[in-house]
Amino acid sequence: MERELDFEKPILELEKTLEKLRHHESQGRGGHRSLIETLEKQLDAVRKEVYRNITPWQTVQIARHPHRPVLRDYIEDIFTDFVELHGDRCFGDDHGLIGGFAMLGDEKVMLIGHNKGKNVEENIKRNFGMSRPEGYRKALRLMRLAEKYNLPVVTFIDTAGAFPGLDAEERGQHEAIGRNLTEMARLQVPIVAVVTGEGGSGGALGIGVGDVVLMLQYAIYSVISPEGCAGILWRDGSFSAQAAEALKLTSASLLDLGVIDEIIPEPPGGAHRFPQQTADTMRSVVLKHLKELGALTTVKLCARRFEKFSAMGKFIE
Amino acid sequence: MGWFSKSEVRRDTQKLSRDDIWIRCQGCRAHVFKQDYYDNLNVCPKCSWHGKLTAAERINLTFDAGTFDEMNASIRPSDPLSFVDGKGPYTEKVEQSRVKTGLNESVVTGTGRINGVQVVAGVMDFRFLGGSLGSGTGEKILRAANYACEHKLPYIVFSASGGARMHEGILSLMQMAKTCAGIARLDEKKVPYISVLTDPTTGGVSASYALVGDVNIAEPGALVGFAGRRVIEVTIKQKLPDNFQTSEFFLEHGFIDCIVHRKEMKQTLYRILSYYNRSGRHHGT
Ligand SMILES: [Zn+2]
Repeated sequence: MERELDFEKPILELEKTLEKLRHHESQGRGGHRSLIETLEKQLDAVRKEVYRNITPWQTVQIARHPHRPVLRDYIEDIFTDFVELHGDRCFGDDHGLIGGFAMLGDEKVMLIGHNKGKNVEENIKRNFGMSRPEGYRKALRLMRLAEKYNLPVVTFIDTAGAFPGLDAEERGQHEAIGRNLTEMARLQVPIVAVVTGEGGSGGALGIGVGDVVLMLQYAIYSVISPEGCAGILWRDGSFSAQAAEALKLTSASLLDLGVIDEIIPEPPGGAHRFPQQTADTMRSVVLKHLKELGALTTVKLCARRFEKFSAMGKFIE
Repeated sequence: MGWFSKSEVRRDTQKLSRDDIWIRCQGCRAHVFKQDYYDNLNVCPKCSWHGKLTAAERINLTFDAGTFDEMNASIRPSDPLSFVDGKGPYTEKVEQSRVKTGLNESVVTGTGRINGVQVVAGVMDFRFLGGSLGSGTGEKILRAANYACEHKLPYIVFSASGGARMHEGILSLMQMAKTCAGIARLDEKKVPYISVLTDPTTGGVSASYALVGDVNIAEPGALVGFAGRRVIEVTIKQKLPDNFQTSEFFLEHGFIDCIVHRKEMKQTLYRILSYYNRSGRHHGT
């Protein structure tokens, strides 16, 4: 699953050279120390340079990078005592969207998120993090449980979209997502949503109606994939880069548009290169918002959420 | 024969018949006399295939004569992303749609009476950018819901939409959450919300307010579904059943309460509304 991004070439070349030199050094065939130090500084500068000028289409590729941390990584890195809860009590258990009780620092939460895999086998089992209706219905069941136990809900969004399949349609993919949007709008506990990788359309929003919506710096969030948009509006999938540009799907654009509340910064080089640093930053940002939301009364919390989503959009009157 | 040769005359008559007199039914493929089709509420007299209605036609059919009062008519699309695609700028498409339809957005909202019962309604018009869910659409649907909530009037939305409006990007997606927030409030205040699904009701509209009605009514044969048929076929590499993603398919799978012929729609809405006890006398108030 090694996949090299074209625009990362200058970084990757330096990384490879450094790896070789360090290997030599570790085997006692030394004499490279000063060269290593120089190259490390150079690498640092190149990473910053490459990541300073990243295009929306390149961001799409980072957001989908096979080494980008997935929900399971975050569960290991920043949560403790995860008690997974299975099933929607109607049809089955979706492996593409999971949830359960978890601790984030000293905060007890209900954690719900899309569940991409790290390799082909995992991804087949987890359907590449694309949920069927039973996933959204499980999510809603867990949110209602959170309401009963007075726990805040934390959702992690990372999906290409809700699964487009015959069975998913039969079991009411549309109704399941619409129901979640309706119920999340009035859920009586705080909801913090974090877009960690791909925020793919209704499948993302189906667990994304948050009092606070956060986004990792190189994540994307869009009404349609750039490929899908290019196919329809340019009638040619090869215009994906143009579509990515036009759709304004990066964290910076979404902050401008008022759709997200805060960007969680990633080190230059991205979360796929610095998973632990990214996770640590995320942990502190999420905790900060949980504490703030925890101070609001239920009435105030629900009124704020209603106002927040009522204000979404731009039109002329 | 005057100035024309025979063949020219014949060609001219054929042209005239095709465009102005006959209409090809998309259901049974038969040629139907156009006036019969219109007199039958845009329904094929032979096979009952339901063609599309404009918002104005739907309003005339549904509300007592002269009772519909439009609200928020001046809301229209802005261009929040300065969106330009392979066919040009979004603003041009909006302008074309406005000229073509005489509408400012893909939904008309207002109050009206159904056999004397006062309701709030949203009526989508597919001709306006495919009935897509733009910021203005979402705003109008929400404001109408809020009005219904405030005045405890039943809310009815007639959907006709291909889904989200790509030209407004993520803001279009957010209209799904925004409209559903309005529907949630109606539910909390125990105000009826009836969703009527007409051809087509797909994508972002299906996955927001269209399938969460207290009662979901569909017109016969309407295309209803979340994902596009082609996307599904490519994803699962499987041929889909003929009735896939129709009103009848979702009635069978439990997501639609009833399928109602256009001729019966007004009366059906009235009958359902008549079961709403505003006074709450069964709750000991
Ligand atoms: Zn017919």
